[in-house]
Amino acid sequence: MAAHLKKRVYEEFSKVVQLPQEEAPAKKLRLTKPSKSAALHIDLCKASNPTDALQYLLHFARSSVEAESVEGVVQHYYKEQDNSVRLKIASLIGLLSKTQNFNPESILDDTLNTFNTEKSHQVLAQLLDTLLVIGTQLPESLIVRHRLIEVAYKHLSDTYFGVRNKCLQLLGCLGNVDTPLNKDGQGLVPAVIGDAQSLISDYFADQDPRVRTAAIKAMLQLHERGLKIQQTIYDQACQLLCDDYEQVRSAAVQMVWVLSQLYPESIVPIPSSNEQVRLVDDSFGKISHMVSDGSWVVRVQAAKTLGNMLQVSPHFLEQTLDKKLMSDLRRKRTAHERAKELYASGEFSSGRKWADDAPKEKVDTSAVNLIASGACGAFVHGLEDEMYEVRIAAVDALSALAQSSASFAEKCLDFLVDMFNDEIEEVRLQSIHVLRQISTNITLREDQLDTVLAVLEDSSRDIREALHELLCFTNVSTKECIQLALLELLKNLTKYPTDRNSVWKCLKFLGCRHPTLVLPLVPELLSTHPYFHTPEPDMDDPAYIAVLVLVFNAAQSCPTMTALFSDHTFRHYTYLRDSLSHLVPPLRLPGRTQAPGVSGIEGSGSVESAQLFLQQSLSRISTIHNLQDPGAQDLLNFTIRDLQRLGELQTELAGAADFSATYLRCQLLLTKALQEKLWTMAVPLCLKHNAMATAAAKQMLEETYKLEFLYSGLENRQVATIHHVRLQAKALQLVLTARTRRGVEPLISVCEKFLQEVESFQRLFVVELPHLQESFVGKLLDLSPKLSACKPGELVKILQTTLRQSGFLNLKLPKQVQRASATIIEPTGESDNPLRFTSGLVVALDIDATLEHVQDPHNTVKVQVLYPDGQSHVIQPKPGDFRSPGPHRHRLITQVYLSHSAWTEACQIEVRLLLAYSSSRLCKAVWSDSSTEGLQPAEGATEGTIPFGKPVKVFIMPKPARR
Amino acid sequence: MAREVRCKTVEEPSLVALAKTHAATPSFKNKTASGSHLSNVHLCISSSCFLSGAGQDVGRSCILVSIGGKNIMLDCGMHMGFNDDRRFPDFSYITQQGRLTEFLDCVIISHFHLDHCGALPYMSEMVGYDGPIYMTHPTKAICPILLEDFRKITVDKKGETNFFTSQMIKDCMKKVVPLNLHQTVQVDDELEIKAYYAGHVLGAAMVQIKVGSESVVYTGDYNMTPDRHLGAAWIDKCRPDILISESTYATTIRDSKRCRERDFLKKVHETVERGGKVLIPVFALGRAQELCILLETFWERMNMKAPIYFSTGLTEKANHYYKLFITWTNQKIRKTFVQRNMFEFKHIKAFDRSYADNPGPMVVFATPGMLHAGQSLQIFKKWAGNEKNMIIMPGYCVQGTIGHKILNGQKKLEMENRQTVIEIERCEPGCCHLSLEVKLQVEYMSFSAHADAKGIMQLIRMAEPRNMLLVHGEAKKMEFLKDKIEQEFTINCFMPANGETTTVITNPSVPVDISLNLLKREMALGGPLPDPKKPRTMHGTLIMKDNSLRLVSPEQALKELGLNEHQLRFTCRVQLQDPHSDPDTLSRIYTHLKSVLKGYTIQHLPDGTVMVESIVIKVSSSAEEPNTKVLLLSWSYQDEDLGSFLSTLLKKGLPSGLSSM
Repeated sequence: MAAHLKKRVYEEFSKVVQLPQEEAPAKKLRLTKPSKSAALHIDLCKASNPTDALQYLLHFARSSVEAESVEGVVQHYYKEQDNSVRLKIASLIGLLSKTQNFNPESILDDTLNTFNTEKSHQVLAQLLDTLLVIGTQLPESLIVRHRLIEVAYKHLSDTYFGVRNKCLQLLGCLGNVDTPLNKDGQGLVPAVIGDAQSLISDYFADQDPRVRTAAIKAMLQLHERGLKIQQTIYDQACQLLCDDYEQVRSAAVQMVWVLSQLYPESIVPIPSSNEQVRLVDDSFGKISHMVSDGSWVVRVQAAKTLGNMLQVSPHFLEQTLDKKLMSDLRRKRTAHERAKELYASGEFSSGRKWADDAPKEKVDTSAVNLIASGACGAFVHGLEDEMYEVRIAAVDALSALAQSSASFAEKCLDFLVDMFNDEIEEVRLQSIHVLRQISTNITLREDQLDTVLAVLEDSSRDIREALHELLCFTNVSTKECIQLALLELLKNLTKYPTDRNSVWKCLKFLGCRHPTLVLPLVPELLSTHPYFHTPEPDMDDPAYIAVLVLVFNAAQSCPTMTALFSDHTFRHYTYLRDSLSHLVPPLRLPGRTQAPGVSGIEGSGSVESAQLFLQQSLSRISTIHNLQDPGAQDLLNFTIRDLQRLGELQTELAGAADFSATYLRCQLLLTKALQEKLWTMAVPLCLKHNAMATAAAKQMLEETYKLEFLYSGLENRQVATIHHVRLQAKALQLVLTARTRRGVEPLISVCEKFLQEVESFQRLFVVELPHLQESFVGKLLDLSPKLSACKPGELVKILQTTLRQSGFLNLKLPKQVQRASATIIEPTGESDNPLRFTSGLVVALDIDATLEHVQDPHNTVKVQVLYPDGQSHVIQPKPGDFRSPGPHRHRLITQVYLSHSAWTEACQIEVRLLLAYSSSRLCKAVWSDSSTEGLQPAEGATEGTIPFGKPVKVFIMPKPARR
Repeated sequence: MAREVRCKTVEEPSLVALAKTHAATPSFKNKTASGSHLSNVHLCISSSCFLSGAGQDVGRSCILVSIGGKNIMLDCGMHMGFNDDRRFPDFSYITQQGRLTEFLDCVIISHFHLDHCGALPYMSEMVGYDGPIYMTHPTKAICPILLEDFRKITVDKKGETNFFTSQMIKDCMKKVVPLNLHQTVQVDDELEIKAYYAGHVLGAAMVQIKVGSESVVYTGDYNMTPDRHLGAAWIDKCRPDILISESTYATTIRDSKRCRERDFLKKVHETVERGGKVLIPVFALGRAQELCILLETFWERMNMKAPIYFSTGLTEKANHYYKLFITWTNQKIRKTFVQRNMFEFKHIKAFDRSYADNPGPMVVFATPGMLHAGQSLQIFKKWAGNEKNMIIMPGYCVQGTIGHKILNGQKKLEMENRQTVIEIERCEPGCCHLSLEVKLQVEYMSFSAHADAKGIMQLIRMAEPRNMLLVHGEAKKMEFLKDKIEQEFTINCFMPANGETTTVITNPSVPVDISLNLLKREMALGGPLPDPKKPRTMHGTLIMKDNSLRLVSPEQALKELGLNEHQLRFTCRVQLQDPHSDPDTLSRIYTHLKSVLKGYTIQHLPDGTVMVESIVIKVSSSAEEPNTKVLLLSWSYQDEDLGSFLSTLLKKGLPSGLSSM
């Protein structure tokens, strides 16, 4: 019986694998089968007028389309007189070609035949569209493609624009990309078809703008498919930039850009002069010109494109920010220039007097160029544009260009800072982000910083936090700047107390970056006095903490600073070092003993040494060949302890250390479970001892899920290892079940499932199998033919021995492992005042949490609320609640709604974050390229959640409703 | 000229002209058929009185355009600087006596500023005009408010008589036809107008005027950079024959608006933070709304609490229209008005006289803008003594006003005006000195909504006009811009003075109907399909009849006109020295022609003639001199070219080396 079952299991597998092969011949049979199509055909014959026929067709299209319906439809096509019906039929054929399991080649001839008789232009266009669908469905078949291209070529001269459009589209999608193609001697290809490029470029000058657009798009399509576009097209494309129609101009901008990327260094002459410029510069100038186009669609396109032209020479690049001002023919300085001069001259305030911006020198009238030739002032225009889409595109482009050129970054600073005052928040936010991205290249002047800091009072939390983030990365030039920044941040803190953490963090970085600038400010900041004792500030004042954070972080790299501290400062330091250890760095304080371990770690080479340590521990582990070895357990124990400690000390390696420690713990658990006495005992006696081993197996399983889904940066190799451990855990479970349960019946299904899992493991990790030779699975697979045939009892025995004999599988660490983590910032859980609300109604609880190294948090992160009575709710936050302030970092700001029936007194609920996982989803994501994709959902996907981050307790008090 | 030609054709409908027509486009519209056409732009009054570098333009705009036989008045503004007859345009230029109705086809008002619409009731009611007046919806709504206000000041306050009355404003407004953006309005059968967005103020429009294929675009005042409440001017590539553009800032290229806004906000913010009061003197409409929006959003963003007041008056009413005409505002306001209309100010409240003495920070917008009278002056006097306070002048101030004085840094103001002395006594009892110490900070902030030189050039690039005409600016400045335009675009640019007329010659395309038969026949003659890019020559008869032009085949023309067809043949004798006999000579001629005229059908007919196409050549010898042969050539009118070529060819004689056969 069992053997029979095994066989069936095996058979089922083979069946599943072979299914696609069986399908292939079935396709051809279908054409001959009369089915729904016949009914349709009859319907169509019955239809007395075109309207009826159209109704039938529409109905047909709405119901699920079957592959075999083609015949009837095509038959009717020839008979139909009405254009609209024929058009509908043509579109139906296209629709059919898209359906799965349909072989478009079968109707190709029919469709091509219809071209001979078709007179209506609209129908022709639709037929060409159908051909396009067919062509894209059969990308490999050269012959088909050539036939289609031939048709397209024939109809290119049609008088109706739609037909020409579709022909160009066809040529773009299917045209030959590799020109010397006729080598294989097919002889099918007329010479003209080979050169789709020149053919298409002829239509750049078509009289219909839609055809012109289609021609450019087709050319771009060819480019995308790998054809090298000739440089000769450049002039044509440039002319199209002045086209009357916006869609043509927009496409032309793309075309010019593509050419500029293909031939950046070739030289083009400047008309009306003898000079020559690089093509990329020339096109940059031309596209810059389009930033002041009449149509905003084109402006967006142009502004976006500018950001992608990184090879442009700096001279041209800097022109984009250039705008010569004048007033009454006198040269005037821009406000930016004035601000800079004021700053340089040391004057304090600006703009006190009227006409301080009065123009100075006279302008030579002939030298003034009113039409911005070339790139002149492109970004000045773009950033002032009416449409925010253009402004955002311009800001993005600025960012891209500034990142590649430091001098440009310096120049565009003023403009970006100006954008902080934009009327649309999105633009403001974007420009703050951009400034952060380029801030490594720049140093802010005082007046610029002033403008930046003014935004700190913005009522939008996003803006403020983005700005804090920006300040973290900013370099400032003087101590006044630091003072100014601190002042504004403190103001911000009093106005928006919720910004506390963000402001502190910001000050931490400010201090770290500018120790020397902070130094002269210290007495003032700490309000120390040479003679008098000043009152001790309140330790709980967030503003005071903010100042201390700044000072301590600066003191870290400025040893002389500590001399300026007063006594209470030291006391506060020790307090803060404990309570806010992530903000306050360890300091070398005079006369104070320090934990030697702490200071030791701070050395510069510590990361490398820690890395080395990690490697050494792992290699020590690898000396274990078999888990049954004596001393192996101790070694594992010690190593796990070492790794855990390492993770705590060295945050950079925390992920890797944690990961390996968890893995080793799994191994340890397995070893322990296997060394239990129960294996030697008789089955009935072991029930008692069983508990420990079962718990171990369960824990191992959980740990494997954590390993797989909580850590990012894993490679296929590691995933295989994790799955391997999971298999071991399952095998252990199986063995344990076998020992505790009586009879064979319940075992059968469990065994079956286990075998399936082994099978799928084999399939998923074919590549990794060689590395797993000596391991549990390796051994198991050696026996696999025998396994599938044997009885459950035998299987259990085999498993038991393999588990014991299998070697220890070494863990190879990937380069970067990061552990997903979450911290709930809000609620803090410190409040003693319960949140009161009427029972039965809801209360909203604000949750603010940071997530690190979580992939795709929108789908995976959930909030769990645990009530004291054991009830729990899982809430899925809205996608809009997630923000991403930095790489690998997310911020969840959401509200969860709580409700409960009345309590007699306030009680604490627990709020925690969960990471949801589903093995099927991840499997698909990782191995989507493998052919087994279709089979994945079949193997019962394990779904679950891993709690991560510390839970927070919230005091709530649902009151009974008053009647 | 074409119009004259056309007039003639009406008188002589039977005139048939044989003309070679170039089929230029697929629709066979003819461009060159009937010569050139005049389009007159009479500039009777254009503004020339400008105060330099100012935001307040005080000129009057009134332009007369005559295009394709239609007369249009563009704007009907008044001069704010004069109090006599000179403040209104001189309508006697159009007609000495009687009403204007018969001389004008329509009047178009670009926006509601008084220098563009102030003379409208005077013109329509007092001079007399009953035709249509076109303006956009917002202009139509706000214009009467301003006119009424203006009337009140002149009549009620200054006590002038002989001025238009409230009723006249109402009557005038009844003649107004509202325009929508991008809506083509047919004034009559030939004249059509279309409005484009111009920025500048709410409802400001640029107008395209079109008669047949000729067109003029008048910009009014426009702004190419968007501001806080309005978008930028936009026009499509309409390629007008003339673009009439304002040129207030012909010689200025302005700095980015953002710096100015930022400065403004920073100043206000700082003052309010240290507890000071900010006074912003403004004119009621236009810039005031922009500043309101600016402050309102800033207050919103920065979560500020200090109150903002707006001294009421006509602003209340006008603000109401700002709320209504959302489609005319900028992208941000248009997109967010569903959630909240930006003109529904949350922080800005109506001002009351008593608030000026309230303690604590506040911001007050008060009229008028130059601080010469009214509420703004009163508040200024109260606040001038405190250095914590600030006054921000957002626009230009005329010489002589207090605004001008304080901008120039005067610290002590003498109040020579009796009225103000009384006011001082009233508000500060017991204090009678006539001088006022100015301690508050004075800031100047230019917010102007005219296109600068770059903006004007940008508009030209957008519209691609064939000719430019600059108005509404100073001659000296225009000169510079004119040179620039001519140099950059290579188009003609004019800058007429007041009362001067500029005439521009246009090349209108004249559409001609062609008969299908003729077209088909022409196609049948062979040759490739018509190429839209290349002109092609064809024969036909042009009939000008009943205001329409038709190209038909000659036969049909004859039939229609009931005329007989006359054959016109030219004959010509050529004397030739040739010793051979007549038939020999003829055959020699035949061979000669055959060698010269390749590709023509040449026949030697048995009756002793040679036919080249339809040209007949005969030989006869004179009796006296047998060596002198007389050749008779005869050709029809159609073969004129070939015939005259042959005659000159044969006059040269036959080459000697020809064999007789």
